[in-house]
Amino acid sequence: MSEARVTRDGLEGVRPGREALFGNGLDGGRRRGRERPVVPQAEFTSYYGRPVLKVPSWEARDIAGYMFLGGLAGAGSALAAAAQFTGRPATARALKLSSLGAISLSTAALVHDLGRPARFLNMLRVAKPTSPMSVGSWLLAGYGPAAGLAAASAATGLLPRLGTAATLAAAGLGPAVATYTGVLLADTAVPSWHEAHRELPHLFAASAATAGAGMALLAGPRRENGPARAVAALAAGGEALALRSLLTSAGHAAEPYRTGRPGRLLTTAKRLAFLGTAGATLLAGRSRTAAALSGATLLAASAATRFAVFHAGIASARDPKYTVLPQRLRLQAEAEAEAEATGAA
Amino acid sequence: MTTEQTTGQTTGQTTGETTGQQPPRVGFFTDTSVCIGCKACEVACKEWNLVPEDGLTLTGMSYDNTEALGASTWRHVAFIEQTKPLGGQQAHQPHADLDVLALAARGSATPVDEAAMTPTTPGPPTADGRTELRWLMASDVCKHCTEAACLDVCPTGALFRTEFGSVVVQQDVCNGCGYCVPACPFGVIEQREGDGRAFKCTLCYDRLGAGQEPACAKACPTDSIQFGPLDALRERAERRVAQLHAAGVPDARLYGAEPDDGVGGAGAFFLLLDEPEVYGLPPDPRVTTRDLPTMWRHAALAAVTLLGGIAAAHRVFGRKR
Ligand code: SF4
Ligand code: SF4
Repeated sequence: MSEARVTRDGLEGVRPGREALFGNGLDGGRRRGRERPVVPQAEFTSYYGRPVLKVPSWEARDIAGYMFLGGLAGAGSALAAAAQFTGRPATARALKLSSLGAISLSTAALVHDLGRPARFLNMLRVAKPTSPMSVGSWLLAGYGPAAGLAAASAATGLLPRLGTAATLAAAGLGPAVATYTGVLLADTAVPSWHEAHRELPHLFAASAATAGAGMALLAGPRRENGPARAVAALAAGGEALALRSLLTSAGHAAEPYRTGRPGRLLTTAKRLAFLGTAGATLLAGRSRTAAALSGATLLAASAATRFAVFHAGIASARDPKYTVLPQRLRLQAEAEAEAEATGAA
Repeated sequence: MTTEQTTGQTTGQTTGETTGQQPPRVGFFTDTSVCIGCKACEVACKEWNLVPEDGLTLTGMSYDNTEALGASTWRHVAFIEQTKPLGGQQAHQPHADLDVLALAARGSATPVDEAAMTPTTPGPPTADGRTELRWLMASDVCKHCTEAACLDVCPTGALFRTEFGSVVVQQDVCNGCGYCVPACPFGVIEQREGDGRAFKCTLCYDRLGAGQEPACAKACPTDSIQFGPLDALRERAERRVAQLHAAGVPDARLYGAEPDDGVGGAGAFFLLLDEPEVYGLPPDPRVTTRDLPTMWRHAALAAVTLLGGIAAAHRVFGRKR
């Protein structure tokens, strides 16, 4: 219907429609010259309360599970290498096997969550540093085989040299596998993930260490578990710090971490981490059963943290408040700063 | 009429802009001040792009039963009913044959008995007994961002930038990872249920290639949706805002027209008559990949800390054998 054309010299074939004035009568500029009102808004508006963002269709079990298992595998590989080189072969072997299991399961979860699972190899079609998922796919492509070789060699005793090389490679890539998932979540418009973009990688590193240490306590012999107990304690401290800084810096977007299902999950995670760490530091050196129980508790704590973060993001994407209000406040602050700058000049 | 216009078979190739070198960046200027809410754009888009049905529901959100953009909704007309005066509009204009005050009091030009539903529920009357109500209508679409988050994060390279500057999904490459969905700051792109892949507006890539304007712009009866080279559209939009301001509509403002905004300027921008959030648009969208270097730094630091912590713990406890 629009026959008009935009040309560099102006418009051709314009009809008056697009210049139309509206309303049932215009008063010819009663308000002419009035500036657009800049009213500071105390509350926020939305379109019928509908979310501004699209909530990701990711399954909690698949994606939060993927992050938990990836962390377990990655930190486990680093722990395995350290155990191997400090003369703790039984722990090293157990962790290599658990890392292989965890990374296989997590890859399966990732593929399962694809809309077109048969096309999962398209992930390796390009390498894009701007896409955390692409970076992660390549990390997995390197880490997975290394973890597999390390485990196979440890289990069979064959090719010890290759096994050692693979152990080192997995230990080098493992921590990256554990932390990149923080970037994966943070590089989205989801308020509770993006506003936490500085803290999420640290939180995930600590949570991965919790899981890895838990697995070492659960699967390794008691006489080898000294370092794992120390790692559990360090991880608990790191997690508490990262979480505290996340909740203070995320502003309004911190709210979902405190309320509803994610809030409950996070409280559970904290309690489990406390119990697990206490058990690990106080009892796990003396009793094999206590070590196994603390280890299992730490694993559960790590999983609960990942599910809490996942659900907090989903909750923040569902509610337009978390999208609109911080942006509105940001605009207001910018306008005030600008007004001040011009006032001072 | 719409069908004939939008199937495009009757017109054929009319412009030769696309032959030869790189065509200029094109986009949409959606001037919501002249939108009449007819939804011709929604229909034309569905028809041309063979977008499947996406549910028939009655939402109670004014005349908007489309709800939002999505995998199977690439144009969405928003309807907002407000008890705000419309610019300099006056309810006391002389209408010799109409008792407008009676109409306003009734809330609708259709007698209530005759209308099954009266959408224009009047707000509280003003001091002089008048009720003021305005209807905002706006056709939303993918913004075809200059810095497009969806494109940045797509791990398969399915999303790409065309020679026209638009952002398009290659459906034969997308593996349905769904990462683009939460990445978009406008909530545009979505995975289609039952299909798994991500879909959104293509700026009618096929029509552009044939020198045609997109189906929605073609179908829009009031030229609320205007298609053309982006810089020309921006100039025109500036003029339109000035015109409306002069005519006593101080609320008119452009959205997405600034090349230095959070997404580097939108390829599809809007003239709005209220704050963006009223229309369901984010007031200050930002492409999150801008913070990616910071995030990678923190991830690297966290990974090194993790390794260091594990090494330190083993150091303290020493060698076993
Ligand atoms: S509006 Fe969303 S889907 Fe469209 S180009 Fe921008 S980021 Fe991509
Ligand atoms: S769903 Fe498809 S288009 Fe979206 S990021 Fe994944 S591969 Fe790319």
